[in-house]
Amino acid sequence: MKDKSIKTLKMFGLGFLEPLIRIFSGEEPAKNGKIFFTRALLPLLSIFVFIAIWHAGAMALYNSEADARIEKAREEQGEEAAIAMHECIESGDISCQPNTLPSPAQVYGAFQALWQDHQSISEKKDDFKERVSETNEQREAEGLDPITYTGRPSFLDQIGTSLKTVFAGCLLAMFIAVPIGIIIGLSPSLRTSFNWLIQILKPVSPVVWLLLVFMIVKTVITDPSLDKSFIISFISVGLCAMWATLVNTSMGVSTVDKDFINVAKVLKLNIGQNIFKIILPASLPLIFTGLRITVSVAWMVLIAIELLAQSPGLGSFVWEEFQNGANDSNAKIIVAMFVIGLIGFLLDRIMLSVQNMMSFNKGMA
Amino acid sequence: MAILELNNVSKSFGVGSNKIDVLTDINLSVNEGEFLAIVGFSGSGKTTLINLINGLHFPDQGEVLLKGNPIVGPGPDRGVIFQNYSLLPWLSVYSNVKLAVDEVFPKMSRSEKEAHILKYIEMVNLTPARDKKPSELSGGMRQRVSVARALAMNPEMLLMDEPLSALDALTRGSLQEEIIKIWSQNKKTAVLITNDVDEGILMADRIIPLTPGPNATLGPEFNVPFERPRDVTNINKDEQYKRLRNEILEYLIEVGSTRRQVSDQKYILPDLKPTMPGRIRLGRKKQKVKYF
Repeated sequence: MKDKSIKTLKMFGLGFLEPLIRIFSGEEPAKNGKIFFTRALLPLLSIFVFIAIWHAGAMALYNSEADARIEKAREEQGEEAAIAMHECIESGDISCQPNTLPSPAQVYGAFQALWQDHQSISEKKDDFKERVSETNEQREAEGLDPITYTGRPSFLDQIGTSLKTVFAGCLLAMFIAVPIGIIIGLSPSLRTSFNWLIQILKPVSPVVWLLLVFMIVKTVITDPSLDKSFIISFISVGLCAMWATLVNTSMGVSTVDKDFINVAKVLKLNIGQNIFKIILPASLPLIFTGLRITVSVAWMVLIAIELLAQSPGLGSFVWEEFQNGANDSNAKIIVAMFVIGLIGFLLDRIMLSVQNMMSFNKGMA
Repeated sequence: MAILELNNVSKSFGVGSNKIDVLTDINLSVNEGEFLAIVGFSGSGKTTLINLINGLHFPDQGEVLLKGNPIVGPGPDRGVIFQNYSLLPWLSVYSNVKLAVDEVFPKMSRSEKEAHILKYIEMVNLTPARDKKPSELSGGMRQRVSVARALAMNPEMLLMDEPLSALDALTRGSLQEEIIKIWSQNKKTAVLITNDVDEGILMADRIIPLTPGPNATLGPEFNVPFERPRDVTNINKDEQYKRLRNEILEYLIEVGSTRRQVSDQKYILPDLKPTMPGRIRLGRKKQKVKYF
């Protein structure tokens, strides 16, 4: 039971909890306590140190901005205005707050505000649903599209949209890159002939891909009912992120152990069986390593692409907040930053566990 | 009747100045039901020879005939046991054998197939491990899976390319006995490639040494007259065994030493004076090291 749960934890990248389980089962508490300290408590401690430095830095910036404002008021409007400004800043009035790097407390406040905003929006949505339910039934009976909520999306909705875009982009990347990688990997001459093209296209910036996709999608898709900005952003994400999978797949296929190829030859497997029974399983670990890189690249370029494509999501949230310039905008941007980081981390962990499941070399059954 | 014949076979790899003549003028004839061992030094071209027979390579000159017809490629009529097992690591023992059975007996019904696979897994004593992956097995067990896979194809001929050389001496001994036991049950033609003369004497009817490469060719054949089943302890005491063993070893050592004389090339070493190694440490003064 204990070993099994440790194995499961390790597979999901939660290996740092292992010593804790061992402590609770009474196994060498002193030694495992030490391991737990180094593996789980030290990282936590470093986060606290980071927050402390951030807080100090934010305070310093706040003070220097406040001083600058007071000084400016004194120079332009005289001593009285300077005192008024000083009092205004002290009182915490929104109109004269220094606009600079938000402190951790402000960011936490912004997080709570976003959460409340989400709740109020969900309430509105439920309310709306209730109100239009009858009308919608009627419309459905008449063969018309139901009325949907078109209000402002909440922060959580935007996370959902972003995840949807990344998921669609990664699926697209997989469906393009894996088959092409296999075909390229099977033939050395194809591999060399495509090599330069891949090397040239691989480092192209996500923004350029977006523009390229925009040029094509704009002409191809004329149906106004389709969500064009979503299509553009997920295709661009897929195109940016697929290269790692493509390169890894072709490499995995071309470096399949010669022994396995000999087995296939001795058994006289035909080409289809050869691919699906020997080559594909043998290169699965490398393919999944590639997919893991693809997912992390996709998440990284997504923000930039959403920002430009006007597709709803975390990227446009950040951009809108920046343009908005409200009092808590900076804090909201930093909340988004941490959310982006955390989700990226989680996605990577998920892919890591999938990758571990796929690898047969480590003796994991 | 000769089931396998090699006539004046030569094989070389590479082109131009990189060309290496691995095998030259190989003449061999293997009778049906015979157990033949080919012994030779490592690097003498033993694996090339077995690949010529199993169809992974083709001869540059001469012909390889199986039942009078030239070999056109690998086929399930020749079961191969590779030196490094060559099991597919993502498949269980059962599935590894099944892959071969599916290919050779596509028309067999599902239950027949299962019985067939289990029979061969049982034959190599792996029934308790049938659902394990190769990575969970020991070297000896892996090689047994490989044996089961080769036998399950029901080949007319069994080709073994140093099947036991990666195993420890004890496992090797027990697997030798097992292979012989299985072989004597259905008397398939078997060709064993090995670098171990004792293994050859214990297992084979006939031993042919392969001279060291390049330009390796087959030496004179030695018949192994011992009665089967052979017992290791009895054979070890046998005078005839010692004589045979020494004859083969002497032959191998003799051809080995002539090769060394042939490649007696003079190398001129450059006239270099060694410099004293000094220790360099970053951020510190270079310390003078006294050597004497």
